[in-house]
Amino acid sequence: MARQKIELSKVAINLLFTLLSLAVVLPFVLVISVSLTDEKSLTEFGYRFIPETFSLEAYRYMLDSPEVLLRAYGVTLTITVVGAALGLLLTAMTAYVISRTDYRYNRITTFYVFFTMLFSGGLVPTYILITQYLHLKDSLLALILPILLSPFNIMVMKGFMSKIPLEIIESAKIDGAREFRIFFRIVLPLSLPALATLGLLISFTYWNEWFNAMLYIDDPNKVPLQLLLVRTLNSIEFLTSNSEFTQQLGIDLSAFPNNSARMAIAVLAGGPMLVIFPFFQRFFVKGLTVGSLKG
Amino acid sequence: MSDKVSLAAKTSQAPAEAKPRKSWLARELRHFRNNRELFLLSLPGILYKLIFAYIPMIGIIIAFKNYRYDLGIFGSKWVGLDNFRYLFSTDTAWRITRNTVLYNAAYILITLVAALLLAVLLNEVKAKWSRFYQTALFLPHFLSWVLVGYIAYAFLNHADGFVNRTLMAMGFDPVSWYQNAGAWPFILVTVHLWKVIGFNTLIYFAGIMGINSEYYEAARIDGATKRQMALKITVPLLSPLIVILLILSIGSMFRGDFGLHYFIPNNSGFLYGSTDIIDTYVYRALREVGNVGMSAATGLYQSVVGLILVLSANAIVKKINPDHSLW
Repeated sequence: MARQKIELSKVAINLLFTLLSLAVVLPFVLVISVSLTDEKSLTEFGYRFIPETFSLEAYRYMLDSPEVLLRAYGVTLTITVVGAALGLLLTAMTAYVISRTDYRYNRITTFYVFFTMLFSGGLVPTYILITQYLHLKDSLLALILPILLSPFNIMVMKGFMSKIPLEIIESAKIDGAREFRIFFRIVLPLSLPALATLGLLISFTYWNEWFNAMLYIDDPNKVPLQLLLVRTLNSIEFLTSNSEFTQQLGIDLSAFPNNSARMAIAVLAGGPMLVIFPFFQRFFVKGLTVGSLKG
Repeated sequence: MSDKVSLAAKTSQAPAEAKPRKSWLARELRHFRNNRELFLLSLPGILYKLIFAYIPMIGIIIAFKNYRYDLGIFGSKWVGLDNFRYLFSTDTAWRITRNTVLYNAAYILITLVAALLLAVLLNEVKAKWSRFYQTALFLPHFLSWVLVGYIAYAFLNHADGFVNRTLMAMGFDPVSWYQNAGAWPFILVTVHLWKVIGFNTLIYFAGIMGINSEYYEAARIDGATKRQMALKITVPLLSPLIVILLILSIGSMFRGDFGLHYFIPNNSGFLYGSTDIIDTYVYRALREVGNVGMSAATGLYQSVVGLILVLSANAIVKKINPDHSLW
């Protein structure tokens, strides 16, 4: 009797999670399905989970002239690789210095970094600085620099590095090693797990970045993937007014696969990383626990 | 450098003090020399924060000016509190403040309850299935809000969207979702929960995994049911973490989720009454309306109240349990 009851609740819990998983995954299916549906059938039957009339037309349109999409991938890859490499190095350097309890300016540096988490000048001063003083409008640096060094990541990294025994560093010092050498030859290799986790988190941030792109990028040659998605979502006008598309295709705009093309762009721009990121899922959770904030 | 100069000037004026001052300076310089390699390691980070965090703080004065791009920050005319007076004279300030705080409160509470419940239930599922559910629920975490905007559009699009077509098939009238402000609190809360539930469940799940299994062994021997174990062991042992996370999230009550509130309602003007938050208002004032002073004033209002909230939240945490305070 009791055993049956337990079995029943097990089934109920599994059923609940199955339904929840479906509720989470089905919206993805809807978008993919719309991108694979014939445009006429979309206006007739609406968006459905199973295509009424299957069609690859939207993808053919997109892939016939892939320059815009490829360029966006190029921009996003560039800012992700450069931003993650530079950001990770800066994060590790700053975090290491803060983690050294024997460093004289330890507390003041910690406060200096941490305070920027609590208070900021806000959007407008940063916008004026970047556009009017640093003249970075339409520069890829405007996508890399504003989010290069996050205090939160520094604190996480510091939490990890404070667990490195000071004796190792002391003995290296006695052997005559300078601080730079100790950092690059001893501390960085020992911090590999934290570097991997944070490197992934920083890359992820750059890959999904759209806010700074919305603020600083007008030049069509420097549009990253996420901004391409923003503009396509806001209006299909971007595609149709973008001469490359219309000229190279010689398309009749009324026959342009408006709805399915939108969703096809979403699939082509968002799909690949959605297949890759889940392999690193445990790192995303670990990122929060790798070092406690106080360390 | 300038410190040294002013110090030198002072010592020449007051010769009696010269000796201890000089030795203090000499000592500090020696300390600096001993620490200079570590200082150099931190210098790039310090310079970065100086340029991108501390120098912009000077720009706060824009909030008290009638900013014009051609005149620059220091050339633009001072207008005192005019920007703030204007902001608070309309109902805009009240609307965006109310929306920001209420939405955040709803997000925090609903996510907490749902994630905690799922984490406890997930613990009862066989490992093989548990991993499958975790992967599925986690999937939306990898999407940017822009992509979530596409998904929402596929559902809510007026003419062909899935929701309206389903309504029509069932004999109801279609709803213009992007013009109907009343429905948006529910839509936004649902979309938010959809996106963050997997991530938050896994955080609490990791917390449960960290609980000593001997507690459960002892409970099992005493004949406790699963529900008793969840309510009497899991939740109490997680509660310090829950309370601290809750109080700290009060500190960020004033920071809204721009992506969620900008892309999911598709920045539709009809919906501002129930979707507009401080962050989206600041962005629009700067980029769409072009009222730089107003945008800066709203941003400063957000920063200052935000700072007060974080400081008070930390003070409360410190009182309850000093180990969990941020500093």
